[in-house]
Amino acid sequence: MADVSEPQTFRVTRADLVRYAGASGDFNPIHWSDRVATGVGLPGVIAHGMFTMALVGRAVTAWAGAPDAVKEFSVRFARPVPVPDTDEGTEVVVTATVKEVTEDGDTKLALTATCHGDKVLSLAQALVRKR
Amino acid sequence: MPLDQTFVGRTWPPTETYLVGREKIREFARAIGATDAEYHDPEAARALGYPDVVAPPTFPVAITMSASRQVIGDPALGLDYSRVVHGDQRFAYTRPVVAGDALVCVNSVDEITTRGGHWFITTRTEVRTEAGEPVVTVWSKLVQRGEENA
Repeated sequence: MADVSEPQTFRVTRADLVRYAGASGDFNPIHWSDRVATGVGLPGVIAHGMFTMALVGRAVTAWAGAPDAVKEFSVRFARPVPVPDTDEGTEVVVTATVKEVTEDGDTKLALTATCHGDKVLSLAQALVRKR
Repeated sequence: MPLDQTFVGRTWPPTETYLVGREKIREFARAIGATDAEYHDPEAARALGYPDVVAPPTFPVAITMSASRQVIGDPALGLDYSRVVHGDQRFAYTRPVVAGDALVCVNSVDEITTRGGHWFITTRTEVRTEAGEPVVTVWSKLVQRGEENA
């Protein structure tokens, strides 16, 4: 098992946010309306924080090898992820690094997610069961 | 607007049962680009030891977000949802959610704090089966931004 995962890049477009809104039931208009988003002081439509966390979750389950190996998973949303209304959208880059192996043999992963070089999460970590 | 601090430590009655559908898990997995077979194919999931297709780790919010309206939607709390942003999110899993689960949510408020004109509320949702088997505990910290930062 590698101590540091290769950074994974996820492209995020408006279409992804619409699909995530429907799948998750989070229809907050800041995730699909520039008018509403700018009206509350945001630069424009932003990704659901939970969509970003889900992308990080993909990296965690890939590292863990199975979804039932994840014991704990937590993040702090530090910065919004603006998603422009373009074909390219934006990119979120995710890394996972082994921070420590606990006495029980579980692995604590330190996680990062960046957008244009800015950290959009802080205190992001997961605890993965010993296999 | 200040939040009602008497909400701290309160626990609400269990919510109505949420029946986890196979297609909902597939839809959620597709939406986050999770293509592994155990999220989509019941046979593949069973081969890995799950009773049916398994949900990705953040799927429980699709259940708890609506369940927690019981707390954060209570006008007595005083939360102005138009100024709310998501602060922190945490999951502690007993096991993953799988299709066919009949789940209930028990909401509590762990903490309400204020700093710099902002208000912070942490809800805890215990997600259990109807039979009382624990599945996952979900903590969400919401931030009500102060007027000057709105």
